[in-house]
Amino acid sequence: MIFTTFKRVVRTGFVNFWRNGFLSFAAIVVITLSLISVGCLIFAGAIGGSLIAQVKDQVDINVYFTLSAQEADILAFQKEIDALPEVASTTYVSQDQALASFQQRWQDNALIMQGLQELGSNPFPAALTIKAKEPSQYGGIADFLTSKAPTDSTGAPIIDKVNYQENQLIIDRLSRIIPTVEQGGAAIALLLALAAVVVVFNTIRLITYSVRDEIAVMKLVGASNVYVRGPLVVSGIMYGIVSAVIALALMAALSYWSDTLILRLAGVDVASNFSFAVNIFSDYFSRNFAQLFAAIMGAGILLGGLSSYIAARRYLRV
Amino acid sequence: MIYYDKVSKVYPDSTVALDGVSFSVEPKEFVTIVGQSGAGKSTLMKLLIAEDRPTSGSVFFESSNIHRMNKKETSRLRRRIGTVFQDYRLIPGKTVYENIAFAMEASGRTDGEVAADVPHVLELVDLGHKIWNFPGELSGGERQRVAIARAIVTQPDVILADEPTGNLDPANTYEIIRILRKINELGRTVILTTHNKGVVDEVGGRVITMEKGKIVRDAKDGKYIL
Repeated sequence: MIFTTFKRVVRTGFVNFWRNGFLSFAAIVVITLSLISVGCLIFAGAIGGSLIAQVKDQVDINVYFTLSAQEADILAFQKEIDALPEVASTTYVSQDQALASFQQRWQDNALIMQGLQELGSNPFPAALTIKAKEPSQYGGIADFLTSKAPTDSTGAPIIDKVNYQENQLIIDRLSRIIPTVEQGGAAIALLLALAAVVVVFNTIRLITYSVRDEIAVMKLVGASNVYVRGPLVVSGIMYGIVSAVIALALMAALSYWSDTLILRLAGVDVASNFSFAVNIFSDYFSRNFAQLFAAIMGAGILLGGLSSYIAARRYLRV
Repeated sequence: MIYYDKVSKVYPDSTVALDGVSFSVEPKEFVTIVGQSGAGKSTLMKLLIAEDRPTSGSVFFESSNIHRMNKKETSRLRRRIGTVFQDYRLIPGKTVYENIAFAMEASGRTDGEVAADVPHVLELVDLGHKIWNFPGELSGGERQRVAIARAIVTQPDVILADEPTGNLDPANTYEIIRILRKINELGRTVILTTHNKGVVDEVGGRVITMEKGKIVRDAKDGKYIL
């Protein structure tokens, strides 16, 4: 019996979808547009997020140690820093590593290499690169470094220099700008998503309103709510599925088109220098297709189905 | 089987549609309710299928109070009462076949029963050739006959026909009355409302006369007297 009911409900939903072609078309247009705006929000969020992450990643503080500092003392100090809750990561570069990377960088410059040899000893200090979880936390970490002022066994300080003061201005600005951008973006996204939901819901409500008399008749000949509401929900889900397919196809086309546009505007050379700007949209689209498909399809089905379910409610009270 | 107990209905604009109406209908009876427009006939019908609620009093169907039923019981009650509405109330988006099949599906018949009974009942009302038409493509009399086919196809215990001949020419009217009488002879209870004298004389049997929301006459072998 349940299977028979399900079969009949689905069949009626399909038939209504085809027969009320104009209504279905109107609903699909509205849901498609809404889904595309949701899709654009996902794109903008992902790209904005990766840009912010890149900027955040540029910010760090370097601690330079004295040439006489013992590696054991430095590593012990690194452990202490790692234990701070604000610290995301620390990278230790020993004197030898600093020298090696310098040599590798300037290996073709005979003059510099000669000068380095004449020095006789390694002039590069060991360094610790500290990344905080949030840009605003660098001040606290810098304070900790100055107040801690670690020493070696003889009591001599092992920290030579902390470059926080030099970067302080940009770090301060970023720590103020980034949260504002993130919160503003989230607020706009929420508003647009809400607008999309309201527009779709109202469209479906109008469609349901146009069949309210039929709903009443079905109820009066003794149909249960499932028989009346089921086909409406099935039609709603179909609007969602068709809209999601169209929206995904349009988004794919749009992302490839905007990549070509970026390439043409910036020129191939420039664009390839900013590697992130090349194929940014289509790369994102193809890499995250599974999630995008799930999100758009899910949103479409949920919007169409749930709107129909809720919209039918008030007309079922017969 | 059906019992109206001091039923009153006052609409929000304080129109009194029913004023303390009491009567009962026995199984297999053929009851004709007559009266002018606005006498409360349609309100009486609406209360029986729980389309509307009485302001006071109760309506009983086989000793259960119709207006105390939950959703499920209401649906079950409506499946036991086949209603022919004055304005047909066919579903415009469904074909004749689907309109009738829907009533059967809603009352839980199998696909086999639906496929067998729908063409049969349409033959009965002489509409076998319009089975795939939409209601919008039918004449008034044809729509009325589809509405009757829908009401009787589930073989309900009671047939409720609210002015089923109101928009029909004499030939079609006679045809509809013939169908209703045949259903009654098959053992169903029939309640018919009309303001057509010819219909009352044709049917015979019990006639309840209403005037301004009250029953003014209830005659076992009634005539239409106003």
